[in-house]
Amino acid sequence: MGKPVPKPVPKPVPEPTPETQPFWDGCAAGELRLQRCRACVRPYFYPRPVCPSCGSAEVEWFTASGDATLYSYVINHRPAPGFEADAPYAIAVVQLAEGPRMMTSIVGVPQTPEALSLDMPLRVTFEQRGDISLPVFEPAGEWRQ
Amino acid sequence: MSKAAIIAGAAETNSLGKLPGYSTLGLHIEAAVNAVADAGLSFRDIDGIATVSAPGPVQVAHALGITPRWMDGTGVGGTSFLLHVRHAAAAIAVGQASTVLITHGESGRSRVGAARFAPGLSSPPGQFEAPYGTFGPTTAFTIPVLRYMKDYGLTHEQLAYVAVAQRRWAAKNPRAMFRDPITVDEVLASRLVAYPFHLLECCLVTDGGGALIVTSADRTGDFPKPAVHVLGAGESMETPMISQLPDFTESGAFRLAGAAAFAEAGITTSDVGHLMIYDAFAHLPIYGLEALGFVAKGEAGAFISDGNTEPGGFLPLNTNGGGLSYTHTGMYGMFAILESVRQLRGEAAAGVDPEISVVLGNGGMFATSGVLVLGRSPL
Repeated sequence: MGKPVPKPVPKPVPEPTPETQPFWDGCAAGELRLQRCRACVRPYFYPRPVCPSCGSAEVEWFTASGDATLYSYVINHRPAPGFEADAPYAIAVVQLAEGPRMMTSIVGVPQTPEALSLDMPLRVTFEQRGDISLPVFEPAGEWRQ
Repeated sequence: MSKAAIIAGAAETNSLGKLPGYSTLGLHIEAAVNAVADAGLSFRDIDGIATVSAPGPVQVAHALGITPRWMDGTGVGGTSFLLHVRHAAAAIAVGQASTVLITHGESGRSRVGAARFAPGLSSPPGQFEAPYGTFGPTTAFTIPVLRYMKDYGLTHEQLAYVAVAQRRWAAKNPRAMFRDPITVDEVLASRLVAYPFHLLECCLVTDGGGALIVTSADRTGDFPKPAVHVLGAGESMETPMISQLPDFTESGAFRLAGAAAFAEAGITTSDVGHLMIYDAFAHLPIYGLEALGFVAKGEAGAFISDGNTEPGGFLPLNTNGGGLSYTHTGMYGMFAILESVRQLRGEAAAGVDPEISVVLGNGGMFATSGVLVLGRSPL
C-alpha cells in the first residue's frame, strides 16, 4: 500500500445567483454583458440590482465591446487547488473599455513579466468551465501572437 | 469619545510561532489570562468581551466563565481588534461596559481547531475571482502593486528594502521569529511566491494570540502598568474583492480611517513618534505611509529605502519586526496594537520612547481598515 493519492480537485465553477444569471447567460452566448444605471448612465461590474454610483434601482443590461487593457496582475507560483498544471499562472485585473474592471486570466500569451505588459490591449474570449462559460482575455491588435 | 478610554492590560500568549499544542480557542484563553493578570484583574472584573468569529465572543466568554453585559463580534479581518478598541471606548463612554476584554488567538500555522476560509462559489468573490485561481492573500493582496510600480516608479529593490528595514528591527527583538539580517539581493533571490513578490516580501504564518483590557480613563493609576490612552480611532472599508479596489495605487480605507483617528485625537503626522502599519506584504507600509500623509503619493518607497523608518531613522516603523519578521497569525492587528502599547509603556525590545504611537490596521485585502492613535498621556 502506497500513500493515498489525493483526489484531484476541479477548478472552481461559479454558481450564478438570480442577480448574476444574466451575466453568465451572456457569457454562454459569447457576449460580455454589463449593467448600467438609467439615471446616471454609469456602467458597472460586478452584477447587482442597484447602481453603486447613485443608488438607483433603475438599471439595465447591455453588451460590452469586449475590449480591455491590462491594469495589473501577479504571476502565481502557489497554485490554487485545480490549477496545479497551470502554475505559474497570471491572475490579472483588466480595465474594460466601458470603465469597470474585472479579474480574469490572460490566455494565448506566455505567463511571464516580459510577455504581460501593463496597458497592453486585450479582447474577451470564453473558456468552458463545467456548465459555465468563463470570460478570459487574450492579447488584441498587434499584441496578438 | 475615545479620549475617555485607556488600555490597562495587554499581553501576548507565552510563545508565538509553531504551537501545535494549542487550539485557536486555547490561544485566546492563554492571551486572556495573561492580559487580565497584566492589568491586575480577574475575570470577574470583565463585563465586556470582543473578538472575531471564529471562535467568537460567545465561545471565548463562556470558556473564561464571563457573562458580559456588552459584546462585539466585529469580524472584518486582521484589523478587527483595532475596531474592537474603538467600539469598546464608545461603549465605556456611555456606560454600557466598564472593563472590556479583547482577545485574539489563531492557529494560523498548525491549524488546530481553526476555521476554514474559502469563499462560497455563489458569493461575488466566488463567482468573479476564485475561478481565476486566487488562493488566499498571496494571490490577491499582491495584485495592485505592479500598477503602483508602473505609475509611480517604485522599484523591485525598494519593495525588497521594506523587508530589509523591518528585519533590522526584528534583530533587536528576542521574540521575533526571523532575526538574521538580510540584504536586498537576498530578498530578491528568495523564491517567487506571486511575481513580483518573493518569499521574504510575504508575512510569516504563525500560531499565537494576544489580548487587551480597555477601561475608563477615570481609572488611570489603578493598574500595575502605565495607562495607554486611546486618543483617537477611525474605521473604514473599501472593497470585498481586490479587483474592485477603485485605485490600485492607494487605499481609500487606510486614508479615511486615518483621517478620522487623527482628527479625533487632534494630531498631525509631526506629532507621531512611533508607527505600526499592518504588513502582511511588503507593499503595505508603502501604501500606509502615503494614506496617513507621512509622505506624498509615490514617495514612500524611497522614504523607506533612505533609512527613515529603520533603527536610527526619525520615524520608527514596525519596531517589533512586523508581520514580515516578528509574527503573523493571519489576523495580525492585535500584535501591532500590542507593540504600540509596549512602546508607550517603555517595555518594547527595541524601545524608541514615543509620546504618541499610531497603529494602522488592514482587514482582508484592502477590504477594511482601522486606525488607533495611542498616547502616554491624555491630550
